[in-house]
Amino acid sequence: MRLVAPLAVVAASVLLSACGNNSSPNQYGPNPTLPGPHRGLFPTMKIASPAGWGDQRPEVPAGYTITAIATDLKTPRQTLVLPNGDILVAEGRGGGESKLTPKDFVASKLKSQGTSPVKGGNRLTLLRDSNGDGVYETRTVFAENLNAPYGLALIGNTLYVADQDALLKFDYRTGQTRASGPPLVVTPLPFAINHHWTKALAASPDGRFLYVGIGSNSNITERGMNVETDRAMVWQVDAQTGAHRQFATGLRNPTALAIQPVTNQLWAVVNERDEIGPNLVPDYLTSVREGGFYGWPYSYWGQHVDNRVRPQNPAKVASAIVPDYGLGSHVAALGVAFSAPAMGARFDDGVFVGEHGSWNRTPPSGYRVIFVPFTNGRPSGPPIDFVTNFMGKDGKTRGRPVGVTVDPKGALIVADDLSNTIWRVTPVRSSPAATR
Amino acid sequence: MAERGLIDRGRIHPLHAFLLAGCVPLFLGALLSDWAYSSTYEIQWTNFASWLLVGALVFAGLALLWALIDLFRADRSWRGRSLIYFLVLLAAWVVGFINALVHAKDAWAKMPEALILSIVVAILVLVATWFGFSAWRPGEVK
Repeated sequence: MRLVAPLAVVAASVLLSACGNNSSPNQYGPNPTLPGPHRGLFPTMKIASPAGWGDQRPEVPAGYTITAIATDLKTPRQTLVLPNGDILVAEGRGGGESKLTPKDFVASKLKSQGTSPVKGGNRLTLLRDSNGDGVYETRTVFAENLNAPYGLALIGNTLYVADQDALLKFDYRTGQTRASGPPLVVTPLPFAINHHWTKALAASPDGRFLYVGIGSNSNITERGMNVETDRAMVWQVDAQTGAHRQFATGLRNPTALAIQPVTNQLWAVVNERDEIGPNLVPDYLTSVREGGFYGWPYSYWGQHVDNRVRPQNPAKVASAIVPDYGLGSHVAALGVAFSAPAMGARFDDGVFVGEHGSWNRTPPSGYRVIFVPFTNGRPSGPPIDFVTNFMGKDGKTRGRPVGVTVDPKGALIVADDLSNTIWRVTPVRSSPAATR
Repeated sequence: MAERGLIDRGRIHPLHAFLLAGCVPLFLGALLSDWAYSSTYEIQWTNFASWLLVGALVFAGLALLWALIDLFRADRSWRGRSLIYFLVLLAAWVVGFINALVHAKDAWAKMPEALILSIVVAILVLVATWFGFSAWRPGEVK
């Protein structure tokens, strides 16, 4: 009897995959459907086929408009809206791990086809809209010669930037368009190999701490356990001293962090592991519990043991926390931001999530920005598409969303590292009286 | 007028011999590396195994090509043995290639298939070299 259920699942999944049409199980929310792990001789692959936007545009819901406020950037990843409305854009491309196996040579060649050929800028660009007309007419290089900057946070008069190898700080005065000097190092960050190189950043509301998301150094320990020291976790860094401690662990690749308004709870979007099937493992959105362990590498979605890891660790598996909200497998969530009332009634309570899009899945998933509605501080329903058409109906990919940031004045800023564009989505003002 | 001596009834070319012999320690090294990984979980062993397999497939692939050409050039009395050599080497290469794909699975996902396939390939290569090098026979020179 115990055998029948798994067999039925296998039979069903074989039948479903034989059908060839979209066999995606529902993987949104707190209880995603998880099939058994599977991998053939080749991993399922569908690499994005890039194309220019031409006269196409990303699509947004009725009542919203989208405009490109900056183009020809150098791989924009994350953005930060400053108190005066200026937008800082972190541009860079990190990683560059040495290729260890024959597979690494083949895979890196294939995956690079789906990304921008533009070299990372290693800089921060500042965008300014002086008169509030939605046109960001001023563009300056705020800081350069950085090393793959990604996470950005502002505490008072200090701007924090997470390079791929260190947490840096700049003095910042409102209105500044260029950093007054080179940055100081708050603390070095783990950078050896840097398979997952992005360093996500969020500041605690009281300004005492910074939270740094550090990704794993492999998909699933195929570079050995030794290189995973201080990886796949969130650090809490003392803003004054630079001292750090491990705040939460087992988060395979926490690519974006955000503090929830009112509750001051830390949330993260996390990219889960690949190569055990098109519908494993769902990336997720979760509140990050202090001291919590979220499974990687030993298990996923709580106690689902990953048999690829040796030695195994049943004690760690038993302690693994189930994440709050599944986003679907391989969507590659790289941005998260809590909404604000100015975003309009339908989207005022919840989070926006930027999904860079899959490689390990057919049909592809992600390639959009979604909105996860919240009620009473918790996710409360299925996601709603907010920005789509990054992958067109013709199968061509024109953009890949990364960071999302809510401008409290009523705009969502989306960084697109394929078309090297910053998009701005705003509610259409219904009456002239509503405009400032 | 028969004369006792060693005759050459399909001797493989020295370079062909180099390629065939060269793939043996590479396949064997892959097998030993797989065994080392499976017993220690030390990831570097499986990286070694992956590369040794690639090297072995290059050597065995070139030897296979040579064996195919020799197949058409072999005289009738020797064609059967040449065919066995070619087919066994072909089987070794195909299983070896599948093994290389299996080795591309991350970490322990390749086990135990990788070790089993490495054993199968090692045996096939042993048989192939046996037939490949058993050309020299004491016999009568016509």
